[in-house]
Amino acid sequence: MKRIDHAIVEFKEMDEMAKRDSLVHSVNPVVKLIITIAYIFVTVSFGKYDLSGLIIMCLYPIALFEISDTSIGACFYKLRIVIPLVCAVGIFNPFLDKETLLYVGNVAVSGGVVSMFTLMLKGVFCIMASFVLVATTSFDEICAALRRLHIPGFFVTLLLLTYRYISVMMEEVSVMTDAYMLRAPGQKGVHFSAWGSFLGQLLLRSMDRAEELYSSMRLRGFNGEFIYASLDPLKGRDYAFLFASLGIIALFRFTELTAIIGQLVM
Amino acid sequence: MIEFNNVYFSYDKEHTVLDGISFKIEKGESVGLIGANGAGKSSMLKVLLGLLPHDGEISVNGIKVCKQNLAEVRRVLGFVLQNSDNQMFMPTVLDDMMFGLCNYGMSKKDAEARVDEVLEQLDLVSLKNKYNHKISGGEKRMAAIATVLAMQPEVIIMDEPSVSLDPYNRRAVINVINRLEQTKIIASHDLDMIMETCTKVMLLSGGRIVAVGTTDEILRNKKLLEENRMELPFGIAAADR
Repeated sequence: MKRIDHAIVEFKEMDEMAKRDSLVHSVNPVVKLIITIAYIFVTVSFGKYDLSGLIIMCLYPIALFEISDTSIGACFYKLRIVIPLVCAVGIFNPFLDKETLLYVGNVAVSGGVVSMFTLMLKGVFCIMASFVLVATTSFDEICAALRRLHIPGFFVTLLLLTYRYISVMMEEVSVMTDAYMLRAPGQKGVHFSAWGSFLGQLLLRSMDRAEELYSSMRLRGFNGEFIYASLDPLKGRDYAFLFASLGIIALFRFTELTAIIGQLVM
Repeated sequence: MIEFNNVYFSYDKEHTVLDGISFKIEKGESVGLIGANGAGKSSMLKVLLGLLPHDGEISVNGIKVCKQNLAEVRRVLGFVLQNSDNQMFMPTVLDDMMFGLCNYGMSKKDAEARVDEVLEQLDLVSLKNKYNHKISGGEKRMAAIATVLAMQPEVIIMDEPSVSLDPYNRRAVINVINRLEQTKIIASHDLDMIMETCTKVMLLSGGRIVAVGTTDEILRNKKLLEENRMELPFGIAAADR
């Protein structure tokens, strides 16, 4: 299978993951969205040297992965291109902050190294939490939840259409790549001399298809509101999940759990 | 039911796509829209659906097709797109069929009951929970038709419903079309299919209607068809040989 076709399949697998059945899947999307946003804010709020405090935050997404029967491996595999980029954010910290912060055995560790790892972990944890959200909630439900949280309709519609058009664009790339390769035997990819026209054509074709797709939505009553993905009112167990999750996140943030565990182990 | 009165449309000043089109379609009629590439068939359908602007007057059930009335007009008209991939944009067939119903205010429970009913009518129950990217082209076309039928439109409009289907699926689509009691407008180059499904034919050329008549009158008129870059349907040509 071509790389682009494989990417299309992988992309569409996310919809399948969101359709499965588990405790996390059955929680109201508004609750899941609020928890994810809270988790990201709390994770980001850790200090740049607070590596030990931050590490405990991994427990929450890992627990959700387990409960929702979602593979952590699948998360890292699907995000294999994004994760290195996220990790690269703090890569220059060791060069900028050389002051020794702690010793591991006899090895001095600078503040820059610690802050680099902290940044990396923050990014990875946030990605994991976002992945669990997307793997357990359909994109339409996420959009409906955003609307419920009063995010402007224009912005949410833009988000939904971008998501829909990604697969449209990938399909067009696949067709165009096939057409190119059939007339360019022996080439490994699209030659850079053809990039301009290739991208131009891709844009035009994607626009045509995107317009058809949007027409199809409008013809079936879509007016920017996510009525078709209307969410049920929050039930008792949604509230329970919400408060339990927020409580756990707060516990991780405001208590020195890592230190307590460390002392217990020692 | 549907009335076009001197309708014009053009993308720019030099190229008129629809050039003063007028016609009436009565309730229950089954109308084939034929013509060479670029004759204006798809544009005419899009103008009717309010997807393209127009000059002149179009009315559906007495409701004028204009920006203010689009929601009302579109409840009456169900459009099956030429490319089913563009029509089936939700993850599963069920989601897609419920999309329009819920948008028009139906509860999820009622919408699902309607979906079940339509799928049963079309003998497509097995497709209900299937993912759109995992069904074949023929199944997708049938599902796209089901999606529109679920909304119970008074008029069904189809753009090239038989294109890129194998003979088996083409036959299945024809059978479904023939079972529909609604008013139908079918734009197609597949004249054999038009012969089987329509009672009336409109022939378009250069943005104008050049002939209107019964299916037999138009599709057996070799001279008329050839003048407009078309051929006799295969079935008729073979019988004449």
